[in-house]
Amino acid sequence: MLQFEDTWVSIGDKQVLKGVNMRVGEGETHALFGPNGCGKTTLLSTIAGIPRYVVDRGTISFKGVDITKMPMYERAQLGIGIAFQHPPTIRGLRVLDMIRLCNPKANARKILADLDFTEFADREVNRGFSGGEVKRSEMVQLLAQEPDFVMLDEPDSGVDLENIKVIGRAINTLTQKDLKPSARTKSGVIITHFGHILDYMATDKAHVMIEGTIVCSGGPREILEQIKANGYEGCAACLCPV
Amino acid sequence: MSMSRLEEKAKKAADKKAALGTDVDIESYDSEPEEFGEIEALEMLPEDVQTAALSAGVSLSGESAGDYFQVDQSAVHRVSSVEGVEVMEIGAALKKHSYLEDYFWKLVPIDADKFTADVGMHPPAGYFIRAKPGTKTVFPLKTCLFMGGKNKRQRVHNVVIAEEGSELHIITGCTTPSHAGRGLHLGVSEVYVKKNAHVTFTMVHNWGEDIEVRPRGASLVEAGGSISENYITLTPVKSLQAFPTANLVGEGAVASFNTIMYARRGKIDIGNQTILAAPKASAESIARVVSTGGEIINRGRMVGKVPDIRAHVECVGLILTEKGRIYSIPELDGWCGGLDMSHEAAVGKISQVELEYLMARGLSTDEATSVIVRGFLDVEIKGLPPALKEEIQKITKLEEIHGGS
Repeated sequence: MLQFEDTWVSIGDKQVLKGVNMRVGEGETHALFGPNGCGKTTLLSTIAGIPRYVVDRGTISFKGVDITKMPMYERAQLGIGIAFQHPPTIRGLRVLDMIRLCNPKANARKILADLDFTEFADREVNRGFSGGEVKRSEMVQLLAQEPDFVMLDEPDSGVDLENIKVIGRAINTLTQKDLKPSARTKSGVIITHFGHILDYMATDKAHVMIEGTIVCSGGPREILEQIKANGYEGCAACLCPV
Repeated sequence: MSMSRLEEKAKKAADKKAALGTDVDIESYDSEPEEFGEIEALEMLPEDVQTAALSAGVSLSGESAGDYFQVDQSAVHRVSSVEGVEVMEIGAALKKHSYLEDYFWKLVPIDADKFTADVGMHPPAGYFIRAKPGTKTVFPLKTCLFMGGKNKRQRVHNVVIAEEGSELHIITGCTTPSHAGRGLHLGVSEVYVKKNAHVTFTMVHNWGEDIEVRPRGASLVEAGGSISENYITLTPVKSLQAFPTANLVGEGAVASFNTIMYARRGKIDIGNQTILAAPKASAESIARVVSTGGEIINRGRMVGKVPDIRAHVECVGLILTEKGRIYSIPELDGWCGGLDMSHEAAVGKISQVELEYLMARGLSTDEATSVIVRGFLDVEIKGLPPALKEEIQKITKLEEIHGGS
């Protein structure tokens, strides 16, 4: 579904990603761990195609198409969706209108109800939203957009337990965890610091990123246990193959 | 002041240039109006006139508290649908109500400049709207000032009186047919808001590209009263200059100005000022302006005369193209201690982060720009009845409002 091959990415004159190799297969959901500033958000932003993230070397392919130079909105139309960690306020645009922009055919009422967000339908997108409300708003938009590949940047940060459950459920819907594994076609990547959200959603694989490269990949539980026990320093010392 | 005295004053100001805006050669526009006969119902107006009215936010169907329609200098239709609300042609009203002399040219000086003078030196045309004490209208009064002929000079003088405890919502669409050539529109509006009365006064300018526009407006708000004045211009105009004044003279009086301008071409010098002259008075002036090549000077002025008043000015502008100019001028003038005035001004471009956010949802650059611009212009105007709010939303959502190109 999505593949990075020796991808180097810079922002301005700062080299952030230094040769990333990664593959997310169809129907798989991967977790991405790593210390602050290691390049996790850069990885997702690069996949989304945000212009200031410049790919210096290597390629990114999605559904067999080289998307390295594809404009952002074309990637979205091809099926890439992202939940931002700190999305901006869009003045004058109501949540309901945003849902329609994401997908005119979306069942807005059901999506809003599923995320307990109905009362926000007429609010301006992200204006005065609390941490948990921002996250739910992002999930509402993604559920409308129905991407084939979903990226979530810390959907559990600054969110209380109630909200984590609701968001976890939405992620499972987005990544078709209600279907048997062989029937799943949708994939995703999730960044999480503490892994709380992993108690409420299913992941197939995890990666650890340190200083712009992926240093370790494996089972999500196992990797999370390792990080909890030895910290990221332990990961850096470990030589397990990517 | 007698009428002849007024005319004398006007004559003396016939060549007086306006303090703001580009100068206009008044005499290059025909002075003599063509007469238009009255019609019984607005539906009888030609289709192109109805279309023009609609594009200025005045739908001639649907519920209204009253209608007034003026073509050049002729009031072709006027009707009140609400008991207690009078809608008349100003000339007839002056003859009928001698008390009107105390209101006519009392807020806008007849000798303010050559434009007011020109209006004052000719037979008056315009509307007189008065809500009797305690009368509250739910639906807006729809008025339309239409310039039909080519090279015409339209002179309008409106007087609005909201008596104690009344409520009036007036929308005025100023417009020309799509094929109109050059023209000059001069409009004087004097609005009186008595104790505890509430008025919303919305002006939508939808002129042709070769029209020059010089409205001259002022309002007076007594204790507990409020006025909300809204000025919307979304289509190109050759030049437009207006700087209406709200005088808050009674305790707790409130003024709220909302200005929405979108200029592809032409020169717009728009703004407003509020004189806060009574304790607990408060005022807010919010302007959202967009240039895609036109020039907009955007003024917001507050004058605090007494303690215990509050005023805020917000002048925010977006320039979407390489060329274009927005000059934001917030002005705060405090005359004593114990008052509270503030402003916020910004001129800039569309936020890249906002664009990217929408593009991540699959919108192209142009689509994302247009969503952001529409949202930017969608100012929440407080106190409007839903019907009028809907009309304004329709205008700001017109297809022609888009960014970049």
